[in-house]
Amino acid sequence: MPYSADLDIRVTDSCLRDGSHAKQHQFTVEHVRSIVAALDDAGVPVIEVTHGDGLGGSSFNYGFSHTPEQELIKAAVATAKRAKIAFLMLPGVGVKDDIREAADNGASICRIATHCTEADVSIQHFGLARELGLETVGFLMMSHSRPPEVLAEQARIMADAGCQCVYVVDSAGALIMEQTSDRIAALVAELGDDAQVGFHGHENLGLGVANSILAVRAGAKQIDGSVRRFGAGAGNTPLEAFAAVSDKLGIRTGIDTLKIIDAAEDVVRPIMDGECLLDRLTLTMGYAGVYSSFLKHADRQARKYGVSGAEILMEAGRRKLIGGQEDQLIEIAVALAAKK
Amino acid sequence: MTRATAAIVGSGNIGTDLMYKLLRSEHIEPRWMIGVDPDSSGLKRAADRGLITSAEGVDWLLAQDERPDIVFEATSAYVHRENAPKYRELGIQAVDLTPAALGPAVVPAVNLGAHLDAPNVSLITCGGQATIPIVHAVSRVTEVAYAEIVASVASPSAGPGTRANIDEFTKTTARGIETIGGAAKGKAIIILNPAEPPMLMQDTIFCSIPVDADRDAVAASIKQVAAEVASYVPGYRLRTEPQFHEPQFDDPTAVSGGLARVAVFVEVEGAGDFLPPYSGNLDIMTAAATKVGEGFAQRIHA
Repeated sequence: MPYSADLDIRVTDSCLRDGSHAKQHQFTVEHVRSIVAALDDAGVPVIEVTHGDGLGGSSFNYGFSHTPEQELIKAAVATAKRAKIAFLMLPGVGVKDDIREAADNGASICRIATHCTEADVSIQHFGLARELGLETVGFLMMSHSRPPEVLAEQARIMADAGCQCVYVVDSAGALIMEQTSDRIAALVAELGDDAQVGFHGHENLGLGVANSILAVRAGAKQIDGSVRRFGAGAGNTPLEAFAAVSDKLGIRTGIDTLKIIDAAEDVVRPIMDGECLLDRLTLTMGYAGVYSSFLKHADRQARKYGVSGAEILMEAGRRKLIGGQEDQLIEIAVALAAKK
Repeated sequence: MTRATAAIVGSGNIGTDLMYKLLRSEHIEPRWMIGVDPDSSGLKRAADRGLITSAEGVDWLLAQDERPDIVFEATSAYVHRENAPKYRELGIQAVDLTPAALGPAVVPAVNLGAHLDAPNVSLITCGGQATIPIVHAVSRVTEVAYAEIVASVASPSAGPGTRANIDEFTKTTARGIETIGGAAKGKAIIILNPAEPPMLMQDTIFCSIPVDADRDAVAASIKQVAAEVASYVPGYRLRTEPQFHEPQFDDPTAVSGGLARVAVFVEVEGAGDFLPPYSGNLDIMTAAATKVGEGFAQRIHA
């Protein structure tokens, strides 16, 4: 069954949320206006705008925002003619009042992320989001770290709490081909008509587009990407490439491929501090299964303490750190420096 | 030495762990353990250790001829709200381990002395007990415009109450960072990590400080307060030296909000009285409760 009469799948662009990591949370209202206008014009149906770590993410731990995210959300809502504006929140970082404020500012899709074994912390937030009339999406982060059946159980907790689409989120960019489709299929089988299934990929092993196509074939109805890979780690699934491949395969996304290719080059690239690259550190993340948002933090601590960024990331993998534990990278760097 | 008598209300994991700590106290005699489930293993353990036990709840306890000097509430916020007025009416001092937050918030290393005669005190949250002392250590030597804490807790030691009310954890902790820690503004973040074997509770405390703050004084104050906490929570320790901003690398920059800061890394290993050692988040609550109870007891028998 397609997503709707016009779309086989619905795509969400995350430049202005996942890209916030790559931009070290320094987006301005002007950046938001130009990116939203270009993506909206190219037919991207949903655009996510928030601090990289979700509502309330502006902090020492994750990096302070240049402009308060609620101002960015307002600017996105005012700019978009067709696209819906989504926001992300992580229970334990943001709180329910943040959701209320984002809803008041005109955002219409609430995406709530938990580590993939901890879905029950999101129950009160899904309840509120539905009460406010928001569309809901759930993120099971670091989905590579647990088998399909565990993810399916956790997806069920979110769906029962009011989540309308549960995403397999490959936060570490570590999923490989069938590992993606097996997880999607397990969620589709568990949720049936109760909720849709989505996929959020990263490029740390260079598989964002391929994994996303396999996800669609396994029944995913919502797919995330970021134009020009503008996201954490080696970046997200490049949306313009995913749109082009979908076109070729006859998967209807509603996105104008030529327009999104232009938007990537002319609008998004100039706002980026640099390309999101598959280099030593980001490949290490995919290889070691490390949360993509750790990239800039590991890099900064490596320079400060004169240690190897790759070693920081490998140690983060050994310690089984999860999303949100950026603080621990400082302690790892201090320990590595002491050993030298 | 005359010991104050105490009742533990709530025979679950926390109440049971607390019992073992109180049994070692020179100032408190835990005499009652009260639950609501006759099959509770906590009640059996209490009976084995010679406590008077009842599964008939608080009303049974309060109807006895002899009543405790102090009650430790290890039930839920909801139950404590029901019970607190009854304790108060009978002049029984209450140490509240639930998130009900009815009485003044207490962190023994910071403000125990100020509330020794309060009818009811709240222990805030585990994250608050672990981090507020450090914020206080910094704010007593220099201005702290903003403090932020990140509490990482092993998933198996976060119970259903914490999970269903995670907003309350962050909000209550943030408020304690301000009112007791002395930061003008506070923020709290909690992470539940499912790693196996389970990780020890780890807390990071970031305090903004003036660029020209006396770093030696800040570091010395932090170490002194950490040692005070360790005097009643033996598994509480600093993992590294306090880490200060280095302007050429990180702070103050746009990413640091233009603020210079000190970062402090602590971990809490539980004493393993009943709960496993990784549950430092629960151990610090029962250890703090014991310390507060001993403060009450010494005042009662002074």
